[in-house]
Formats: sequence, structure tokens, C-alpha cells
Amino acid sequence: MIETFFQMFEYEFMLRAIIVGVLVALCSALLGVTLVLKRYSMIGDGLSHVGFGALCIALAMNLAPLTVSVPVVVIAAFLLLQISENSKIKGDAAIALISSTALAVGVIITSTTTGINSDVNGYMFGSILAMSDADVLVSIILSVAVLVLYVVFYNKIFSVTFDESFARATGTKTKMYNTLISLLTAITIVIGMRIMGAMLISSLVIFPALTSMRVCRSFRKVVVTSAIVSIVCFLTGLFVSFAYSLPAGASVVAVNAVAFGIFSLIGIIKRKVS
Amino acid sequence: MPMISCEKVYMSYDSTKAVEGVSFSVEKGDFLCIVGENGTGKSTLLKGILGLQKLNSGTIVFSGIKSGEIGYLPQRTVVQKDFPASVWEVVLSGRQTKGFRLFYTPEDRKTARENISLMGIDDIKNKPFNELSGGQQQRVLLARALCATQKVLLLDEPTTGLDPFVTAELYKLTAKLNREYGVTIIMVTHDIKNSLEYANKILSMEHDGDFFGTTREYLKTPAAKRIFGGGIDD
Repeated sequence: MIETFFQMFEYEFMLRAIIVGVLVALCSALLGVTLVLKRYSMIGDGLSHVGFGALCIALAMNLAPLTVSVPVVVIAAFLLLQISENSKIKGDAAIALISSTALAVGVIITSTTTGINSDVNGYMFGSILAMSDADVLVSIILSVAVLVLYVVFYNKIFSVTFDESFARATGTKTKMYNTLISLLTAITIVIGMRIMGAMLISSLVIFPALTSMRVCRSFRKVVVTSAIVSIVCFLTGLFVSFAYSLPAGASVVAVNAVAFGIFSLIGIIKRKVS
Repeated sequence: MPMISCEKVYMSYDSTKAVEGVSFSVEKGDFLCIVGENGTGKSTLLKGILGLQKLNSGTIVFSGIKSGEIGYLPQRTVVQKDFPASVWEVVLSGRQTKGFRLFYTPEDRKTARENISLMGIDDIKNKPFNELSGGQQQRVLLARALCATQKVLLLDEPTTGLDPFVTAELYKLTAKLNREYGVTIIMVTHDIKNSLEYANKILSMEHDGDFFGTTREYLKTPAAKRIFGGGIDD
């Protein structure tokens, strides 16, 4: 078992997946807390579908996947935020509209060009082989940027998440911070969907936050626990997939689901005891 | 010059007219209660004062305070019901208004501690906010608002959902802030009885017209007579 664990680090593609995966797991866990609490859980899902559409277009046009999908998904994130704030179509419905449209565009483009080949399959359900060296570099830079911004604005993010009207009334530029959060989310989703797959990446955003909220009762504890849970689950999932030749993204989600179950149980016991 | 003066303010809510030509002014140290039926634009007016919503016309002029120097006690939101946050985190977040900070300064912490003591919630400082009773939650939010400013507090129906005993306590606490600490209070409320006891000014927003004046003058209005059957004399 331990031997297999260390074997995992001997392959270059595994190392890449571990580096990028851990960073993405960390970013998505941090942002996930805010998104879940703001009732924006489905934004991650919507954005990943937009990302899928963008990847299909990039593939059909023979362009670099990240250079196409990052800007497209960022624009979609701004749009979604605007719509959920102002328009008569409510947030969740707007997300469903945009995400299914993007998915449809992706499928149409794929079927008229390459067909559902292994690349497209990789976009949908993730592939640890998908990352090139350039992708890894871009991913590292972007996720470090996400982390730094999150830490720098941690206190602001708390007050904007907890009580937007109070924050706005007392002079915080809440719109800017909402925009920042959706920008960071968009970047995290795009980077993460290469490994996790468009269909599965949103779980990385939602699961760790919900898992830690079963047990923790302060914002800081929830944030820190989410980050730890997310990384542990990712590494465990990747290891399981490596050891038993299972798909990586799906394994990570499965491990997250188990962790959620365990934490729920601990939460119930904790409340019974106290 | 009044601390806040509103002149012929018009505002709309979901494209229907909500606030129609309201004028009033608040002096330093006032305790103003904004009363009136549902749907007369009380909360919308509050949003106008706070700069959360644009005025259609009219002016709101501040003197001696800047926007952002107004403490606010919003109606509690759905988000807060299952939000994991400790009392300490919530109170401290009131200090965010003092500009950007990577970490809270010792002064921030001191102010937060003082306001927690002032609200009498030292013993629940480390408790999760969402597990507190309604009255305790309001005290926490008051402490947070005081961290933002000691000059003026705007309270939006703070006693909704509280039992009469807790409601009375919250009024007393607010009155204490007003009288002993000189905090100007503007409160939107349905609770006319308590308003009359503590407020020195009343803004009554009714569908058939507004009234603004001292509490004494308010008692002589038709609206007050309708509520109290004209049985109250001074």
C-alpha cells in the first residue's frame, strides 16, 4: 500500500496532477465556503459547463485550451453575477439557461468536427494526462494568485458574505468583492476541470464547505477545515484511482462524498453529546 | 444644522412608488422612530439614507457625518440562519468599515471587546451566532454596528419575532445608547407603544399622508387617534 503510494510520485503525469490538483482543491475549498453560504453553489456547475463549451471550441479550432476557456468563463461569471443581481430571471434559473446552452454549443461543435473522442471525454470527466507543462505553469500561477487574493481579502470576504447590506451601508464596495469572488471562482473552475472534468468539478467547490459545516461553527474554522478536507480528499481520491485504475475525477468526488458522510455523523454525535 | 435632513424624497421599490415626498430631519442625539403600515416604504427610505438605493428625486444631506459612518442593523437574512460564524467574528467585522486591513489591529479588538461588554454579551462571545436566541442575535448585531460608528445607528424593525419581554429589553438598551452615549437613533418599527415611550421624534408614513414631528405632536394626529381611540391626552 505504502509502496504504491510512493510509486504514484514517480510518474511525471502524476506529479503534475498532484501539484495542480492540490492547488485547485485548496482554491475551490476556500471559495466554496463563500459560494455555498451565499446560495451560489450552482454557479460552479454553470461555469464548468461554459468551460466545456469553450474547450470544445478550442479543440475544434486547434487553439490552446486554457487561453480560450479562461476568458470565456470569466466573462460568463460576470454575466451570471449581473443576471442574478438585477434581472427578473432568478439566479438559479439563469445559471441553468446559460449552462445548458453552453453544453449544447459544445456538443454541436464536437459532433460536426472531431466527434466524441478521448479529448472530449477527458473534458467531460477529467483526465490526469491532459496537462502539458505549459498548462501546469499557467495553473500554478493562477491558483497562487487566487490564494493570495483570498487571504488578503479574507476579512472583507467574511463581512460581505455574512451581511451584504451592512457591509454596503458601512462603506464596503460589495460589488467589487462579489466580482472578485466570481472572477476567482471562474479561474479555479477552468483550471480544475482539466483534471476533474466539467461534469464533476463543481463538487470540489461544494463538498468541502458542506462537509466542514457539519462539524465547525465558526467561519475561520470552516474555511481552514474545508481546505484540509479538500486536499486530503483529493490526494486520497487520486491514490485510489492510481491503485485501482479508476477515473481520477470520479474517485475524488466519491472520496468527498464519503468524507461528507463521516463529518455528518460526527456532527450528529457532537450535538447529541453537548 | 441637522445631522441628517431629507427633503421631498421620492423612491420606488420594484418599479412601484414606495416613498412619496418624505421630508424630515434628525438632530444629533435624537431618537427617531419611523412608524407606519406595511408597504408604506419605511425600509426603502432607510435604504435611501444608507445609500443602498438611489433616490428618484429629492435630497438627503448629512452634516458632521460621512456616508459609511452610519451604523446599520439590517433585518436578519436567510443566509444568517445557517451561517457558521462566532459572535466574536461577527462583532469584529464591524471594524471593516475603517478601511482595508489584512489583519485586525489591537485597537479593533479593543473596540470589539468594549462593545461586547456594553451589550452584555461577554459570556456568549465564542458561541456560534446562528445558535443564539433572537434577542441575543440583535445584541450581537448592535455591537457590530457600534464597532462601525458611535454617531448614528439605523435599526430596521429590530424587534420582529422577539417576545414582548426581549423587545422591551432591546428598547431599553437602545435608549441607553441614546441617552448615556449620545448615539443618534433612527428606528423603523411597527411597535408604536414602545416608540412613543422612547422616541423624541416620530415619522409616521401612512398611505393617506405622512407626519413628522415630536412624539407629543404625533399623539394629536388623526393616525395616532385612530390607534389609541383618541383617548390619550398629554
